[in-house]
Amino acid sequence: MGAWYWWMLLGMALVTYIPRMVPLTFLDGKKLPPIVSGVLSNIPYAVLGALIFPAILFVQEGNILFGVIGAATAFLIAVLGGGVMSVVLGTIAVLAVYSLFL
Amino acid sequence: MKNQFQAGLKAGTSIAIGYFPVALTFGLLAKTTGLSLMEATAMSLFVYAGAAQYISLSMLQVGVDPILIVMNTFIVNIRHFLMTASLNEKMHRAPKWVKAVYSFGITDESFSVIATQKEDKISTAFAFGVSLIAYGSWVIFTAVGHVIGANLPAFIQAAMSIALYAMFVGLLVPSMKGNRKVVMLAGIAAAIHCFFYFTQLLSTGWAILVSTLASAIIVEILYARRGKAAASLYQGKEEE
Repeated sequence: MGAWYWWMLLGMALVTYIPRMVPLTFLDGKKLPPIVSGVLSNIPYAVLGALIFPAILFVQEGNILFGVIGAATAFLIAVLGGGVMSVVLGTIAVLAVYSLFL
Repeated sequence: MKNQFQAGLKAGTSIAIGYFPVALTFGLLAKTTGLSLMEATAMSLFVYAGAAQYISLSMLQVGVDPILIVMNTFIVNIRHFLMTASLNEKMHRAPKWVKAVYSFGITDESFSVIATQKEDKISTAFAFGVSLIAYGSWVIFTAVGHVIGANLPAFIQAAMSIALYAMFVGLLVPSMKGNRKVVMLAGIAAAIHCFFYFTQLLSTGWAILVSTLASAIIVEILYARRGKAAASLYQGKEEE
């Protein structure tokens, strides 16, 4: 790659950083209308739903069963009260066994 | 202060584990795309955006104009605007430059971990801890992937590809228990995202942004109406 690559990187870095930095920096201490801050406080749970589905089902291309088993395992461990780390490691372990033997 | 930072490192460990296979593969793919070790590592170091970095590789491969790659990166990452606006409501106040520094480390994953903490207000040190361990994993394993130029054994690679999603599940489920509002928020956003996925109406970055925002607004309106009708006691219980 030539010098243009580094200019591209600079552009990519800026357009990635700005949406992360502007709200945290410029909204600091600002009091927003209740409806807006209500919507914003809903974002974490809504975003988790959107990040998990449907992507979790398609982690392995062409093998939806793999994703279904992974999703089911993760939800099961989480519902049983496992912490985040046990959900992550438990799901990896189950899928490792699955893809090793099946 | 120090304890909060350590708590952040600990909470961010699951992200570091999840980033490991993704960064390793990125380093490997970057090498096959023709990036040098320095070019590949610099992208992870300065851009730090998983999906956008992967897309940029496939675009570089086919010789797309770099300006289009930058524009695409913006489109893919604009959803973080929503996340950091939400996060701002939960963070302790801090000098602008401090927030400008740790905002660099806000990804889908670090946002999810920080924003779902039970405390009403999150300390700056905690955010630094979560961000630092995740970022470290991303950058280091990008370089490692490039250097070793090989992937993990297939079955481990396959199994570890679930890690970040499993983490999201592990963050979401405890908040869902006994809280209908959280269940609705996640369920509606998931349903809308599935709709966009199967109809291919929107690309992934936009689809996540639109389905998240739509769900957050719909549920807020539903609850605002219900809140007016129902006794405040009932709502207090639901919120908890």
